[in-house]
Amino acid sequence: MAWFKKQQFTALRATTPRDRVPDGLCAKCAHCGSIVLSRDMEENLLVCPKCGRHQRMNAAQRIEQLVDPGTFVETHATLASKDPLKFKDVRSYPEQIRRYQKRSGLVEAVITGRGKISGIDTSLGFMDSNFIMASMGSVVGEKVTRVFESAIENRIPAVVVCAAGGARMQEGILSLMQMAKTSSLVAKMREAGIPYVPVLTDPCGAGVAASFASLGDVIIAEPEALIYFAGPRVIEQTIRQVLPKGFQRSEFVQEHGFIDVIVQRADLKSTLANILAILTHQEVAPAPSASEAVG
Amino acid sequence: MAVQTFDFERPILELEDKIETFRNEPDDDPNAGKNLRRLEKELADLKTKVYSNLTPMQRVLLARHMMRPRSLDYIQTIFTDWVEIKGDRNFRDDPALVTGLARFDGKPVAIVGQQKGKDTNENVHRNFGMMHPEGYRKAMRLIRLAERFQLPVVILIDTPGAYPGIGAEERGQAEAIARNIMEMFTIRVPLIGAVIGEGASGGALGVGVVDYMMMFENSWYCVISPEGCAAILWRDAAMAPSAADALKLTATDLLELQVIDESLPEPLGGAHRDPKAAMETLRQALLRQLKRLSAKSVDKLLKERQAKYRAMGVYAE
Ligand SMILES: [Zn+2]
Repeated sequence: MAWFKKQQFTALRATTPRDRVPDGLCAKCAHCGSIVLSRDMEENLLVCPKCGRHQRMNAAQRIEQLVDPGTFVETHATLASKDPLKFKDVRSYPEQIRRYQKRSGLVEAVITGRGKISGIDTSLGFMDSNFIMASMGSVVGEKVTRVFESAIENRIPAVVVCAAGGARMQEGILSLMQMAKTSSLVAKMREAGIPYVPVLTDPCGAGVAASFASLGDVIIAEPEALIYFAGPRVIEQTIRQVLPKGFQRSEFVQEHGFIDVIVQRADLKSTLANILAILTHQEVAPAPSASEAVG
Repeated sequence: MAVQTFDFERPILELEDKIETFRNEPDDDPNAGKNLRRLEKELADLKTKVYSNLTPMQRVLLARHMMRPRSLDYIQTIFTDWVEIKGDRNFRDDPALVTGLARFDGKPVAIVGQQKGKDTNENVHRNFGMMHPEGYRKAMRLIRLAERFQLPVVILIDTPGAYPGIGAEERGQAEAIARNIMEMFTIRVPLIGAVIGEGASGGALGVGVVDYMMMFENSWYCVISPEGCAAILWRDAAMAPSAADALKLTATDLLELQVIDESLPEPLGGAHRDPKAAMETLRQALLRQLKRLSAKSVDKLLKERQAKYRAMGVYAE
């Protein structure tokens, strides 16, 4: 267990192999295939300078982008999966978990904590699709539930950056029940008048989409994120039809009435701060860069 | 129409055929009666042997049996004064789910039931029990109605999954399911559920947050179907029996995992072999539980419902 302690989220700032070619100098856009300097991609918050596609960001990068420097305090960092089903596969579930832990530097698919977004004290969750596609098992369900409980207890808003690309099959029915557990706390937040804003990022599907990601007071999405209940491949196989262009992308989902706000990543923090401030009757603290510019 | 049977039942059917032939042949053999009794004993033993050692995949197959009693069969048998209420008052009526008002043991109740068809025509109409968002919204409309008039809600679960289609996604399948799950935690009347066949993933949970959940012993309830799991993990749907083992999706498993509250025994060979007996089993269980739940204060009911789901999950701190 010793290495868990060493692996603070702050140690994970280096981008994952997905985002960066091995020499670390160049990055390839997952959408248009353009090769650009990693530095340019990073300065552009992992948004392709050529086509504007928002590349996947890991949890540490999200924290760095969205939370005021020095204010994030991680919670329940060591909460880890067990193997309640003794799931029979070629590779055991605990072994798979260990491999993902090594590869991603994460203990599980979500980092939670408390921190400030432009001065607004917020209960926070950041899902990371580098860990088993950010599928929701008991740990993700429990940690997200605790984000909501902490919001209620401290009477501060909750923000969860959501991602998920499938079910945590290795936890069977317990994985499914995390949808109920997390959603029950959203009901409690509503009762307590606690604002909750999920941010849907690419991809956001399955059990997470069919629970807390779809239950925000205000739902924000990044541009062109895939947001779905049933994955495009499953649908194609079922109906044997080619899917319409843009199907299940943020803009399509918004057009159909299920996403409130789509924001460019560069504007995500200020948009979040604005919404949270209005819902909690606070003023937004001026951003450090803005005050520097003024000063 | 021939009754649907499965490979593992073949020895039983062969023996049943043999007995049938034996009965129909006028036989002067003085030992005929004795032989028949011997064969019948053999059949009973064989059935016990086969059906009391069912593998998880065999139970999944029984859960999908074409003649398995459906929600409306239970509704029409163990309830009275049934009035079906259709539509979500928004988009359309979803025939993959029936909702309505009825009486149980003389007392008013509301019923929500996922409904598969009995034959191809009805299955096309019912979309094989796969609901669209409007079905989930119709369910919530009925549950809210039940709440307004203090009617406990009986929920019967039987779905191979929420429908994966273009219209379903356009109309917010994820939102419809999520909202139902959340709202069911706030409903101020008893909610009691039974998985009568298939309980596939969010499609089932979208009407499945309840105070007391029962499951027939040859039904299944899981985050994914065995075929879906096998296709993703091993790229081979033929590995479904291994997936069914690994997923722990039977009533016995779910009792052990403390996700359901009661496993309901079925007639030997499955509910379709003696539907009346299965219905009586559900009726008795409902009788006990509705009485127990109705005696609780609403605040206690809601607190316990919340606490039950709050405790679900296994992890290391
Ligand atoms: Zn690009």
